[in-house]
Amino acid sequence: MSDTHAETVSYVRETMLPQQEPPASTVGPVGWAKTNLFSGWFNTVLSVLSGIFILWLAYRLLPWIISPTWQATSLNECREIIGALNKPHGGACWGVISERWKQLMFGFYPPEHYWRPVLSLILLLVALGPLLFRHLVPAKVIYFSMLYPFIAAWLLWGGTIWNPIVAILGFVIIALSLKFLTSVLNPALALIIGVLLAVIWWVALAGPVAGGLSAVLPIGIEAIASRQFGGFMLSITIGVTAILCSLPIGILLALGRQSDLLLVKAMCVGFIEFIRGVPLITLLFVASVLLNIFLPPGTNFDIILRVIIMVTLFASAYMAEVVRGGLAALPKGQYEGADSLGLDYWQSQRLIIMPQALKISIPGIVSTFIGVFKDTTLVSIISMFDPIGLSNAIRADTAWNGVYWELFIFIGLVFFIFCFSMSRYSMYLERRLQTGHR
Amino acid sequence: MSELAMDTQIDRSAMKVSDEVAIEIRNMNKWYGQFHVLRDINLTVNRGERIVIAGPSGSGKSTLIRCINRLEEHQAGQIIVDGTELTSDLKNIDKIRSEVGMCFQHFNLFPHLTILENCTLAPIWVRKVPKKEAEETAMHFLEKVKIPDQALKYPGQLSGGQQQRVAIARSLCMKPRIMLFDEPTSALDPEMIKEVLDTMIELAQEGMTMLCVTHEMGFARQVANRVIFMDQGQIVEQNEPEEFFNNPRSERTKLFLSQILGH
Repeated sequence: MSDTHAETVSYVRETMLPQQEPPASTVGPVGWAKTNLFSGWFNTVLSVLSGIFILWLAYRLLPWIISPTWQATSLNECREIIGALNKPHGGACWGVISERWKQLMFGFYPPEHYWRPVLSLILLLVALGPLLFRHLVPAKVIYFSMLYPFIAAWLLWGGTIWNPIVAILGFVIIALSLKFLTSVLNPALALIIGVLLAVIWWVALAGPVAGGLSAVLPIGIEAIASRQFGGFMLSITIGVTAILCSLPIGILLALGRQSDLLLVKAMCVGFIEFIRGVPLITLLFVASVLLNIFLPPGTNFDIILRVIIMVTLFASAYMAEVVRGGLAALPKGQYEGADSLGLDYWQSQRLIIMPQALKISIPGIVSTFIGVFKDTTLVSIISMFDPIGLSNAIRADTAWNGVYWELFIFIGLVFFIFCFSMSRYSMYLERRLQTGHR
Repeated sequence: MSELAMDTQIDRSAMKVSDEVAIEIRNMNKWYGQFHVLRDINLTVNRGERIVIAGPSGSGKSTLIRCINRLEEHQAGQIIVDGTELTSDLKNIDKIRSEVGMCFQHFNLFPHLTILENCTLAPIWVRKVPKKEAEETAMHFLEKVKIPDQALKYPGQLSGGQQQRVAIARSLCMKPRIMLFDEPTSALDPEMIKEVLDTMIELAQEGMTMLCVTHEMGFARQVANRVIFMDQGQIVEQNEPEEFFNNPRSERTKLFLSQILGH
């Protein structure tokens, strides 16, 4: 400090101090451990106790997990192997996993067709690309994403190729009526007419047309019935469809709940509160048992489709409330800014409001997604063979009667991988959408 | 209160007022529930006029200019902007909003879009201008408000004064015929007020029709051709700035001026 005139009252700094290295004990691994593990005696005690607990847990669990029973073909065989090893706390019987993992993945899907769900899963990852990693994947892939639902449904259920094609034609009808009717009618009316025409097409005409076409040109793959679906394939089919459909429906419900139109608002509030007030199991029972009573006799309304609709509705109601939270967090000035520029309602929702509201609600949205995915295990209650349902079925086999832990650990692990990836992705997305402090 | 640059040479002769009517408000009334916020407002604004609206807080001055682009709805009387009457017809409202630019106290920039995207959004979606052309226009106006180098940043990375200038540029990109300013400098640090006022002066010199709600009396004195004083939802007094500041006629105006100019 000799370069400043510290002895006088008036003070002028003549040379600026250069930047210096921080003290060695505050950086690197030592610094990290000091701030995170051993800051103060209380935290040091806690760190040591937790360390001891983790070591003890590993000491008790690892011998059970590391158990050479992968080749066993029954629980008795496992017990013989473990008995021969003379382990004090026993060991896991992994034979059930190595023998039945395919069943846990695909249920009773015919093994020679396993390639179909696998291919749909791979294509799913491709189709999700432009939605999840917009800046990494070419934008044109989005057209494939739009076709994907039809491709996947055809791959999974099989049958004639004409089924997905006539289904797509319904959407083409909507698009065409929007294109040609908007010039003479107002857009909402054009949309309603288009949807009505498409519904007529799907319900009355699509079936016979597809039947006729396949009679002329029989192209197709072997049809597989819904009751043969099972395992994680079933969970993913229900989960992914419900997740992808619940977000747009939830957004519309959230907007409807804010609407100035009393009737729209009342309907949205009524729907959301009803669905949230009823347990999912109840809705699933309605889907599996009651719906058949109300539908005209002879209608064949696929059970998986019924379950998907119920799970989607259930998830949408929760999604609507999560999105509403995001909407409420936006300052009023954002609406006014958009209005003052002359953007109409849907433009300002799409360009200004939703991008921000959804960004705020990412943690809540992903929590709902994860919840929906795990809730698909509830379908075991209505005797569908999701992984939990299958674990009961596997135990019904005398060879594996009594195996609990190994199955549940395996199922839990697979669910964890899916849910953890979703959670990580949401954190990545939040970081990427960060545009500076407001 | 006059932080305004006295050094800025203002050429009042360039600011011509034409006979053409830009905004006409006839017997307009507005209520918030039971509360009568705007009472029998009559106001005609010609093209090229620069009007400053002053008054104590709660006097209805912000509400008045927010009625002009229908951010607030009036319940009685008529508002005619550029020959189009404001009714509940959504098409008319969107048309008027695209012709009338507005700057807010808190800027209301879109934080998820870059400065450039903020400026090109409305031209692209409302005016259907090709993206490239919209970007060129945006850069032109960003240069005009002297921040072209910030174009690729996000609003959160800019200072308040810069954000307000972006907001002005964003409005100008729509090539509006009328600009509304709702306390544009009230949320700014004193250091930044000047840069925003300078931008507004420049705009006035180009003949833009402007309605400003502001407490910057120096700006009113130099730029406005008419000052309107409001209290309790009514227009109490309006006059040319010289007369308004030197010879206020109503007691309420005198009290208000003595309070804001008195120190």
